[in-house]
Amino acid sequence: MKKDIICIVCPKGCTIHVDYDETGIKSMEGYSCKRGIDYATAEILSPTRVITSSVKIKNAKYTVCPVKTSCPVSKDKIQEVMKNICCVQVQAPVKQGDVIIKDVCGTGADIIATQTLEKEKKV
Amino acid sequence: MVKEFNLVIIGGGPAGMAAALEAYALGIKDIAILERDDSLGGILKQCIHNGFGLHVFKEELTGPEYALRFSEKIKETDITVLLNTMVINAEKNKTLYAVNPDFGFMTIKAKAVVLAMGCRERSRGALRIPGANVAGIFTAGTAQRFVNMEGILPGTKAVILGSGDIGLIMARRMTLEGIKVLGVYEIMDYPGGLTRNIVQCLDDFNIPLHLSTTIVKIHGIGRVTGVTTAKVDKNMMPIKGTEEYVECDTLLLSVGLIPENELTEQMGVGMYQVTGGAYVDQDLETDTEGIFACGNVLHVHDLVDYVTMEGQKAARSAKAYIEESIEQKKTKPEIKVVPGNGLRYVLPQHIYLKDNDEKIKVFFRSKARYKDIVVRALINDEVIAKKKVIRLIPSEMESIEIKVSDLFIQTDNGINLKDLVIEVEQ
Repeated sequence: MKKDIICIVCPKGCTIHVDYDETGIKSMEGYSCKRGIDYATAEILSPTRVITSSVKIKNAKYTVCPVKTSCPVSKDKIQEVMKNICCVQVQAPVKQGDVIIKDVCGTGADIIATQTLEKEKKV
Repeated sequence: MVKEFNLVIIGGGPAGMAAALEAYALGIKDIAILERDDSLGGILKQCIHNGFGLHVFKEELTGPEYALRFSEKIKETDITVLLNTMVINAEKNKTLYAVNPDFGFMTIKAKAVVLAMGCRERSRGALRIPGANVAGIFTAGTAQRFVNMEGILPGTKAVILGSGDIGLIMARRMTLEGIKVLGVYEIMDYPGGLTRNIVQCLDDFNIPLHLSTTIVKIHGIGRVTGVTTAKVDKNMMPIKGTEEYVECDTLLLSVGLIPENELTEQMGVGMYQVTGGAYVDQDLETDTEGIFACGNVLHVHDLVDYVTMEGQKAARSAKAYIEESIEQKKTKPEIKVVPGNGLRYVLPQHIYLKDNDEKIKVFFRSKARYKDIVVRALINDEVIAKKKVIRLIPSEMESIEIKVSDLFIQTDNGINLKDLVIEVEQ
């Protein structure tokens, strides 16, 4: 299989042509440094992303509270993680760093709050 | 009610917060931040994606986390933070008029002012897209606030015009929330946003990016029902016969940002047309004594980290102004900095020859895309600085360092003043 990957490590943005199969990477062209090789290798063998989203929150100034995964998770887990995040509702107060879901979808990453939202008094 | 402060910062976003904290750290007493929203943080609060802080904190933070690093620190100081506060008028003598629900109408007098009001998005009106005047057309940032702070989705099937970073980020965000994003249309022949956003926001989700394509008509009655797209030629004019109809109920615009300078202009501060921000010297001081500008109100930045650094710099200059007299500076020889071949703008736009040991970073943006070039600083036909740039594109700001001692030499100690030209070497 062949795939073109645009390297995002530095602003140069090399297009790296990778030839690979189930056993691994066969050849790579177009990179200009070792960081490019590392990036393309990770993108082919085990691409990961930090997922950021929001969860519903009650009794706060806003109706949603932003969250993220505490570490990058496998790219093919994104949809599954999003489904889990959708079902959650939290109560204010929430502090940045609070764990909202522990070990989401068995990825080893927690879903943590990225904002501090106080409990609002209804006026 | 009349309030008096040493330093007043207009705007509590990343630029304003950085300026306030730096000023406080330098020992300035009586600092105030005037913020129109109900909390500090500015647009960072709705930028819930990560990628902020790689330069300032050496780690990747989300927007709200980046903002908290500053707003939590401000809480520990005696900096006056006036929220829900709108500055409605301002004068050149640094008297500001503002309103808020707690104090009503206020007259605020400041020894120095830092302008940190940020920018706003270009809207449909600025683009003059023909077609129906219907609901469902949002700037990308408005949609971002709806989704990320207020928990409201803007629609079900969306088209995005413009490939600026906020548009790309919203393409991913809406996809994650179940909205079908049909495509991103960009009139230029290259994307407007950062490469990492093209990769992680579009490619990851197989969202098509159509370059050299624009929207020529918006359809609908009451609500958007579709748009007509068309390819454009070299002069960016639509090509007949390339029109395509795309059915959608939502159109997001990510077509550029405009520094929000109404107050600056009310104060009579001189403006630099290309950036849409104030005309500043190397201390980020405007042509009006004691008024400084930083962040997106001065020129639109790519990274919040640079906004933070600029805010800190404005605070250092404001301290110098408050504690000494700036009169001295204005009597020194002044050199204009102008963009030459290939460049769209430079910042600062003028330099005072006041300190022989000073080194100045001149920021610039290019007009077009370049690869493997040399950018140089030229005065009196002499090259005084050179910098190799692997890739220079309009959406990524660059800088070159100038030694003021070189400017002294080339102008016979400020007697024969010439312009300093920053240009792409031909």
